[in-house]
Amino acid sequence: MASTNKTVRVIHAMFDDDHRILEAAKDVVARGIRIKEVYSPFPIHGLDPVIGIKRTRLAIVAFMFGTTGLALGLLGMWYFMIDDWPMNIGGKPSFSLMENIPSFVPVAFEFTVLCAAHGMAITYMIRNGTLPGMTAVNPDPRTTDDKFVMEITSEENPDMTSEGLSSMLKNAGAIEINEKEIAVS
Amino acid sequence: MHKESAIRDPLILGDKSYHDITVDVVGPIENKAPRAWYILITIAGLIAIWGLGCVVYLISTGIGVWGLNKTVGWAWDITNFVWWVGIGHAGTLISAVLLLFRQKWRMAINRSAEAMTIFAVMMAALFPGIHMGRIWLAYWVLPLPNTFGSLWVNFNSPLLWDVFAISTYFSVSLVFWYIGLIPDFATIRDRMTNPLSKKIYGLLSFGWSGKAKQWTRFEEVSLVLAGLATPLVFSVHSIVSMDFATSIVPGWHTTIFPPYFVSGAVFSGFAMVLTLLLIMRKVMKLESYITVKHVEYMNIVIIVTGSIVGVAYITELFISWYSGVEYESYAFINRFSGPYFWAYWAMMTCNVVSPQLFWFKKIRTSFLATFILSIVVNIGMWFERFVIIVTSLHRDYVPSSWSMFYPTWVDIGIFIGTIGIFFTLFLLFARFFPVLALNELKTILKVSGEKYKKEDH
Repeated sequence: MASTNKTVRVIHAMFDDDHRILEAAKDVVARGIRIKEVYSPFPIHGLDPVIGIKRTRLAIVAFMFGTTGLALGLLGMWYFMIDDWPMNIGGKPSFSLMENIPSFVPVAFEFTVLCAAHGMAITYMIRNGTLPGMTAVNPDPRTTDDKFVMEITSEENPDMTSEGLSSMLKNAGAIEINEKEIAVS
Repeated sequence: MHKESAIRDPLILGDKSYHDITVDVVGPIENKAPRAWYILITIAGLIAIWGLGCVVYLISTGIGVWGLNKTVGWAWDITNFVWWVGIGHAGTLISAVLLLFRQKWRMAINRSAEAMTIFAVMMAALFPGIHMGRIWLAYWVLPLPNTFGSLWVNFNSPLLWDVFAISTYFSVSLVFWYIGLIPDFATIRDRMTNPLSKKIYGLLSFGWSGKAKQWTRFEEVSLVLAGLATPLVFSVHSIVSMDFATSIVPGWHTTIFPPYFVSGAVFSGFAMVLTLLLIMRKVMKLESYITVKHVEYMNIVIIVTGSIVGVAYITELFISWYSGVEYESYAFINRFSGPYFWAYWAMMTCNVVSPQLFWFKKIRTSFLATFILSIVVNIGMWFERFVIIVTSLHRDYVPSSWSMFYPTWVDIGIFIGTIGIFFTLFLLFARFFPVLALNELKTILKVSGEKYKKEDH
């Protein structure tokens, strides 16, 4: 990117209905314009494929953390109970992992869930950029209440004209359109 | 937007818009608290302080101040522990199991039920802690290296399984609850005008912006956490029941315990949710969200789980005779005709007979009847644990060591105290947190709104 003082035009089109913004997004995308972001107070089902969001892989993360937890749990119990200090408690000897597995099931299960849930939750927070102390970037406070905002930038759409886009968004049901110039270095 | 049958009653009554939901839920946080709230929190707070005082007295003096003796080594302490853990089962059941079953009505009740779960599990965790006597050594339950003692903890013991089960359950429930709260805190943050509360809710919301990708991840995480929490709910009370079932005490040594405890837990948890919600919907004016339909559905769960519990009681009784083990049969004869017969019959009446009243539609759709019966069920479930624990212990194999248990004022004080702490926490939650999952509720508004149905879509 050039180092001259460049500006990016950002258009925020506000809608007051989830269904309408979904239809508008389909319209906009059909005209070859890329939508950078959509801010909404609740999930809009069916929007992701329209604006090009791929399915999240967090479930795979959870699975991986879960298997790690299971392995660690079993390894730990084998070490504590079988390897390091095997004891015969109440006539129930702890001399091999296979013989002891039934009584290790509860802790192995709990530890799997513990690792899967927390591992996924932490990954989720980091990937989402929602961590303690972070600041919100939603363009309008009403987007967490009952308004839906579509963000289009000139960076991604170099040859868009704001007039044509505005009238199109208006037709699609936008109740407010804000245009801003943001300096980028 | 979701599909819903046109002949069903809408889930949210009263023609609300998205903005109305925000106002209805955030309003009580923005406005001054009603006087009733101050009165209630004062009472609950005083009881909580009394309870904490009793705990301090107990720890500084030793658990000899409880009514325990050589024969009855577990009594009110463990009864209260199991009772609170049981109550703590409704929240995650509602939010996780009902999410997997796509029961949308859960959305009006899951937030407060989860909060209740977390507070109840906190109260539960207190009891094994103080029961140790030397609570400052509580970290010995963790698998720590030998420098702390000379041995590892015993992973064959259900008491250690409990440590893992309760701590996993508590922390996963807390995370599940908080992840759901983040977008709602963002809503409050964006509405607040007072800079201090804006700052606080801004911190609590972790910078949530409601981006499309964030919502995709949010839904995925909720679903996977629900999938993880569902077996967790069932495992926790199964493991609690194994504290008893793996012993050789007559009356405890029963394979029926895990499913029996789990259904009992759901039973008491739903009863406590109803007790709290019926007050909350009135005081916080949430009648449009927590409707008679919700109460009826929860009462149906109470009939089902109450009946499972009833069948379990009768099965236990039958097997004690059918097994031909004289100790086992004596344990049960002693339960219903021994010195603690009143506890047994209180349990039978409250848990087996009273929930059957919900077969009558008039009763299960009546708020007053539901409220009264929910308290009856909670009392009954406390007696169930008391019966299982104390009547099994007080007369075991050696008649010369037979004994009785009499609670002291410290036993009673701590139990009452935990109720006070629980209500204090719940009242604080109701005052400062969004009591309904408001952004989730907005997703079920569209088709369930009356207007939409009138338009005949």
